[in-house]
Amino acid sequence: MIEVKNIKKGFGEKIVINDVSAVFETGKCNLIIGTSGSGKTVLMKCLVGLFEPDSGEIFYNGQSFSEMTEEHRKELRQRIGMLFQGSALFDSMTVEQNVMFPLDMFTKDTYAVKLKRVNEVLDRVNLKDANKKFPAEISGGMKKRVGIARAIVLNPKYLFCDEPNSGLDPQTSLLIDKLIKEITTEYNITTVVNTHDMNSVMEIGDNIIYMYQGLKEWEGSNKEIIFSKNKLLNEFIFASEFLQDAKDMRMLEMKGKIDNNRNMDELLK
Amino acid sequence: MHFFTEFGQYLLMLKGMFSKPENGKMYWKEFMHQCSEIGIGSLGIVVIISIFMGAVSTLQTAYQLVSPLIPLSTIAQIVRDTVILEFSPTLVCIVLAGVVGSKIASELGNMRVSEQIDALEIMGINTKTYLILPKLLASIVVIPMLVVISAVLGIWGGRLAGTMTGILSGAAFDKGLHQYFKPYNVFFALAKAYTFAFIISSIPAFYGYYVRGGALEIGRASTRSVVVSCVLVLFADYLLSALLL
Repeated sequence: MIEVKNIKKGFGEKIVINDVSAVFETGKCNLIIGTSGSGKTVLMKCLVGLFEPDSGEIFYNGQSFSEMTEEHRKELRQRIGMLFQGSALFDSMTVEQNVMFPLDMFTKDTYAVKLKRVNEVLDRVNLKDANKKFPAEISGGMKKRVGIARAIVLNPKYLFCDEPNSGLDPQTSLLIDKLIKEITTEYNITTVVNTHDMNSVMEIGDNIIYMYQGLKEWEGSNKEIIFSKNKLLNEFIFASEFLQDAKDMRMLEMKGKIDNNRNMDELLK
Repeated sequence: MHFFTEFGQYLLMLKGMFSKPENGKMYWKEFMHQCSEIGIGSLGIVVIISIFMGAVSTLQTAYQLVSPLIPLSTIAQIVRDTVILEFSPTLVCIVLAGVVGSKIASELGNMRVSEQIDALEIMGINTKTYLILPKLLASIVVIPMLVVISAVLGIWGGRLAGTMTGILSGAAFDKGLHQYFKPYNVFFALAKAYTFAFIISSIPAFYGYYVRGGALEIGRASTRSVVVSCVLVLFADYLLSALLL
């Protein structure tokens, strides 16, 4: 579990995160959503230690991150996996070498053992026969899957995903979401996903935090978001008429006013 | 003010490089990779520059030595000392500032912009130690070797040009090479090579590592690193000459 208490972060005069508190639970997909510039990426970078918050505290399973020694932080970071927006794969290495890199750096296993583990995780993310390819030779969706494989190869306790669906088609986005959800449950890890993809919100958002201009504007689950009366949240999530209609349909479904298994062909006759 | 901020950041970067490696084998592998990249990668241009540098020195020295009172072997003496004292260490290092420096700056800049450095940080790796230190050490090991190779090839190029154009015979050139040779000059050349190697690897590493933005900024950082490295090489050249000669 990760707990954030009254985090503040600014750059110069501009305050990017203002007094944000939240709890990210283990075994759940915790989503941070918000418009561009709302502070969600900065919040995530504070969580993983890439940015030092100006004030406030972050607790990893009750241990204060700011009070940890450099050595302790290093140990913790080996239990953190992160999927970056652009995948951040090492260009000069093949897919296999990319995934094997954390094993090379932090384990003393033989090559055969490491290769077995690499193939296991590549198999887990449905990537076979891509071992010898370079990042430049694979698609965006494949890169994300390699990124996930690299993030989970050391069996992390915490998984951070920064906009995992950006630049992907809707079908691949759904696959990535499904994969993140499955891995979270399977490995019982604390997953924090930074996104503005509405499909992700509805599909995997066990716990959702909506950020607006550096403040936590709303918090709840993907079931609660449908019934939320928060104006800013509704304007952000259900921005288009189509999404508003979809929301209305889902509300009617959840209230039992229309059948979940309705036959659309019959209704449209 | 900006200069002091940058200089302070540069010193902190150097200080930050010295930490215990997470895995010695991986660091050694990276060091050897950098030795190959910097050494083998620059060998071609060093060979070409050195041969022509020596050849042109011979022709221009012969052009200026018109007095029949000065023996022809003096040409070889002048070529030898010019190549060892100045041309090989300084000229080659200025060229390497372009070749190696821009490569280091753009490689690190690209890694920074594409979040590869962040990915390494999150894994718990000290990126300054893993990415900068091997480049710096490899440069310090390999560049003086390139300077020595350059000096040998420069003198050989001078001999070749001298004999091919009929300015002086091979025997006269060899005789001149042995006259008044001071081994201290080689020490001086190596002292310069080590100093320049440090400059042309650490300055681009600094500009590349702290780059912010996108492709345009990587280009700017790369150009700036080459310009600053060249100016510092020339400044250090003057300083070392004043102190050691």
